[in-house]
Amino acid sequence: MSVAEIYDLPPVTRRKSFFERKAVRRALPWLVIIAMFVFWELLVRVFSIQEFILPAPSAIFQSLWQWREPIAINAWQTLMTTLIGFGLAIVIGGLGGIALGSSQVAYDGFYPALIAFNSVPKVAVVPVLVIWFGIGTIPAVITAFLLAFFPILVNVATGIATVEPELRDVLRALGASRKQVIMKVGLPRAMPYFFASLKIAMTVAFVGSIVAESIAANAGIGYLMLVASSRFEVPLAFACLIVTGLMGVAMYVVCVAIEQRTTGWATRGADGVAFGS
Amino acid sequence: MTNFVQLQQVSLKYNEEESALALYRTSFGVASGEFIAVVGPSGCGKSTLMKVVTGLWPATAGQVMVADKPVTTPLNFVGMAFQNPSLLPWRTTLKNVMLPLEIVEPHASRLRSDREAYEAKARELLALVGLKGCEDKYPWQLSGGMQQRAQLCRALIHEPSLLMLDEPFGALDMFTREELWLALQDLWIARRPTVILVTHDLREAVFLADRVLVMSARPGRIILDCKIDMERPRRLERTYEPESVALVHELREHISAARAKAAA
Repeated sequence: MSVAEIYDLPPVTRRKSFFERKAVRRALPWLVIIAMFVFWELLVRVFSIQEFILPAPSAIFQSLWQWREPIAINAWQTLMTTLIGFGLAIVIGGLGGIALGSSQVAYDGFYPALIAFNSVPKVAVVPVLVIWFGIGTIPAVITAFLLAFFPILVNVATGIATVEPELRDVLRALGASRKQVIMKVGLPRAMPYFFASLKIAMTVAFVGSIVAESIAANAGIGYLMLVASSRFEVPLAFACLIVTGLMGVAMYVVCVAIEQRTTGWATRGADGVAFGS
Repeated sequence: MTNFVQLQQVSLKYNEEESALALYRTSFGVASGEFIAVVGPSGCGKSTLMKVVTGLWPATAGQVMVADKPVTTPLNFVGMAFQNPSLLPWRTTLKNVMLPLEIVEPHASRLRSDREAYEAKARELLALVGLKGCEDKYPWQLSGGMQQRAQLCRALIHEPSLLMLDEPFGALDMFTREELWLALQDLWIARRPTVILVTHDLREAVFLADRVLVMSARPGRIILDCKIDMERPRRLERTYEPESVALVHELREHISAARAKAAA
């Protein structure tokens, strides 16, 4: 077959299937969520499940609207608590990760202790924090921080410690100092690891602050949930859960957006990674 | 005239065990502006030699001299290239090539004020190896051969007096490899750095080098110093002419003998 003949052939086209269409792809997560709520509502109605066991979504959203003001105030409290703990985790986890990743001695020395520390259930720490700082925001901030800093530290350390040996040799033979190797290669290289850990850290920071709030606080979503369930206001407790989930997703999306802007080089070619991990 | 690089009875041990001896009383010299190739059976300590010469690993015994100074700490001017291009994926090709300028003095302190001049220099170098138009591409947008060219540019941008190449063309197909031999030869003729090339490819060694050093199996020593007397610039056809073929065969025999001896 000559070249001219090849160009005469009709171009290869294939109809995109339903799930390959872009609009469908975009709408899919929302469809899944809506379908889930519809299924839930039907389940409750068909089996006439009582409200204090499993409230229907309609009852939850009604309650959400009814208690919107206390929910908003307490959600704000939780959000701030979580963000402060998360911020501390970024600073201390990041710096610790740089220290451990760039020094084998620091790594060998501190890592076992950190593992041991991380294995301690943080719920068990809350009462101790209450003794030290009293009931209120500070134990919640510290719990959020304690849960969030470890994944950040481990990931940053890994990113820095795994610089290719050849690259390190290239730089050292040019007279680069240790600091220069970290600044030019280690840190940029650790960024994808850092952002991957932020997504985990953000979620567990919420866990930390809410757990602490439900044990020892007088404000916050965790506290509100505790009050709601003790008064058998189960729809309100569920409304709080939904708000928590929404805050988690919102912060996750912020993390991903920053990640996309700063480390797009690491996820090249993969489209639609906004919800990927 | 003294040599630019001089090794005097250099030994290197990884640790205290006898089997950890990588180099044993190795001595050789490289004149300034000379291109030498080091060949030998695999695992004979060729890559170790690179680390010892650049000071990345201190010699256990003996003395390494570079530019008339004993090497005790890593040197600060050597251009290096490896089999793995190891370009930084977050930098464009141009920025990758300019990386050494951010570290080596006096360039590092001048880079900010003379940015345009340095950039022009980097572009010129990239054009020389056939990477014109790839300056703003990222490494993953380049083929393996193109990445390797970029790596060569990175090794050469600060005009080092010493260039250490550790099997830089090992992972490439034959045609790309031969193209890059020519590119490297051109760069060497233009700049005349002292080059130490570690390779497995005997044709490559004979084509590029002024002298080929054959190393024994571990612990490595130089067992043959073979001068390649051919005009420059050499053409690729040269490697198929009887003179080159005979040299390749001779080197090959020495290496098989060294391997047999190690196995016995």
